[in-house]
Amino acid sequence: MSGAGIIERLVAGLGLAEGSFEADAEARDPWIRLPGDRLVAAAEFLKADKELDFDTLHCVSGVDWPGDDPPAIEVVYHLTSLTKKHWIVLKVRVERAGASLPTLETVWKAANWHERETYDLFGVRFEGHSDLRRILLPADWPGHPLLRDWEWPETWHKIPVKPGRQLTDRAEGGQMTGVGPFD
Amino acid sequence: MDTPRSPGLDGAPLVTLYDEELPPDNSYAFAPEELEEDEMILNMGPQHPSTHGVLRVELKTDGEIVKDARPHIGYLHRNFEKHAENIDYQGVIPFTDRMDYVGSMGNSLAYALTVEKLLGIGVGERVAGIRVITAELQRIASHLLAMGTYGMDIGAFTPFLLCFQQRERILDLFEWLCGARLLYNYNWVGGVSHDLPEGWTDKCRRFLDEFVPVLDEVDSLLSHNKIFIRRTADVGIITPEMAKDYALSGPNLRGSGISWDLRRDDPYLGYEGYDFDVITGTGEHGPIGSCWDRYLVRVREMYECVKIVRQALDRLPAEGDVHENVPRFVRPAAGEAYCRSEAPRGELAFYIVAENKKPIPYRVKGRSPCFVAMGLFHEITRGEMIADIIAIIGSLDIVLGEIDR
Repeated sequence: MSGAGIIERLVAGLGLAEGSFEADAEARDPWIRLPGDRLVAAAEFLKADKELDFDTLHCVSGVDWPGDDPPAIEVVYHLTSLTKKHWIVLKVRVERAGASLPTLETVWKAANWHERETYDLFGVRFEGHSDLRRILLPADWPGHPLLRDWEWPETWHKIPVKPGRQLTDRAEGGQMTGVGPFD
Repeated sequence: MDTPRSPGLDGAPLVTLYDEELPPDNSYAFAPEELEEDEMILNMGPQHPSTHGVLRVELKTDGEIVKDARPHIGYLHRNFEKHAENIDYQGVIPFTDRMDYVGSMGNSLAYALTVEKLLGIGVGERVAGIRVITAELQRIASHLLAMGTYGMDIGAFTPFLLCFQQRERILDLFEWLCGARLLYNYNWVGGVSHDLPEGWTDKCRRFLDEFVPVLDEVDSLLSHNKIFIRRTADVGIITPEMAKDYALSGPNLRGSGISWDLRRDDPYLGYEGYDFDVITGTGEHGPIGSCWDRYLVRVREMYECVKIVRQALDRLPAEGDVHENVPRFVRPAAGEAYCRSEAPRGELAFYIVAENKKPIPYRVKGRSPCFVAMGLFHEITRGEMIADIIAIIGSLDIVLGEIDR
């Protein structure tokens, strides 16, 4: 099914009111942005509907947008249907302060580790998650590193962890890395 | 039993870095006070030789039986996604090389494809051919490593030597091609770093001709060995439903009997024009989706890789500039792209969010197939023997550099 078809069917199936969602069926990867409270219903519908049959949750990513009004974290779910060979992207925006979302672990078990990672690196809490611990970083690591305004600590338990100036300065228009034919 | 840990052994007492301010002991998922009689907590790794890297597995055991298992990851975590916030698009490629460090060609290929999708550019026929050849050779090298070390995990030493000999020849080909043996930085945005050197294709053909008989031999040595079958055929069963629920990919998914391969089902680089079969587990010995099935999918896949490389060599255009489509500046319009590709270990995908006309990506996320496969580890280890844990880890064919990123 095409991206437009999937979005149409999902909107009709959930009875989403005009204006309560955004979607782009013409994008490189067709996506739909839902309000957080419809996320679980949408996931259950996408999985259960025989025409859509989204049987796998491919990836969960966070994207931090501190400059938006209000500052938000976007959680992006990439779904795949192995039987129907089609793809869709679900997006949900949560407010940055005290970000929290319902877990999708009850729909696809693959969500468990992806949500732990998103919690670890962005601090988004997933309500109802069975084991919401940090996964990549130590339990007492300061803050959530993929937030744009996170600051490198100098040391962690006396171990120097801050990268050299070379790396951090580049964001301010410093020197670029020498990779590629024209450097 | 009171506690399985000695109270004095928290941290690393001989390392002076730690002599004060000990990190809190948060490294256990199972609480000692919740253990039943005869149960104990056993640590495997992070330096255990059979864990294929720095994986630590915490086991709750009752004698030899594993009641529950929790993998602990992150020992190789360097967060390339954070570094990527400060590096231009091309500069991220060496970081992706270091994800799956025994399958680097697949990583940089997946990343380059994503940036190309973002920019809306394609590559010439020669570059696509070279990319297919290198990706498939890398798949052979990676599967050889998986096959050899898996045999060794189970106790067969000879296949390991034969596999590594052949893998070495592929690494030699790559070294000749781009100067590096493991971390190639070969796939660039819009091209590849070096054209094939003169005589390379002949050497490659010769390798393929000599490789197939060796693979036959290793296959006959190991795959149908009675002990090997007894150790793997009834162990670590992943049902097709479970495989979908946990979003497995690559040989792990196909081992459960699901015929799904991105090269056929969502082709890129012109894979639709190649003639090859998608190998799935058959359940020849024991139930479908066992460790043996996953192992055999990898072995059979190597023959398909040889088929693909031969076809790619045959139709490779003689002329073509491999830097023709390399953009001078990578400055995509605002937007995002998610691109998946069939890496040796499964579906490797990158998600890139771009700000308008900026040389630095706003967000890069790597979706690692090994990370996803490890998410199901506790399900398939429950109730198995401790020795089977080793067979299960090997059959999932994980690389910790990619899990931890």
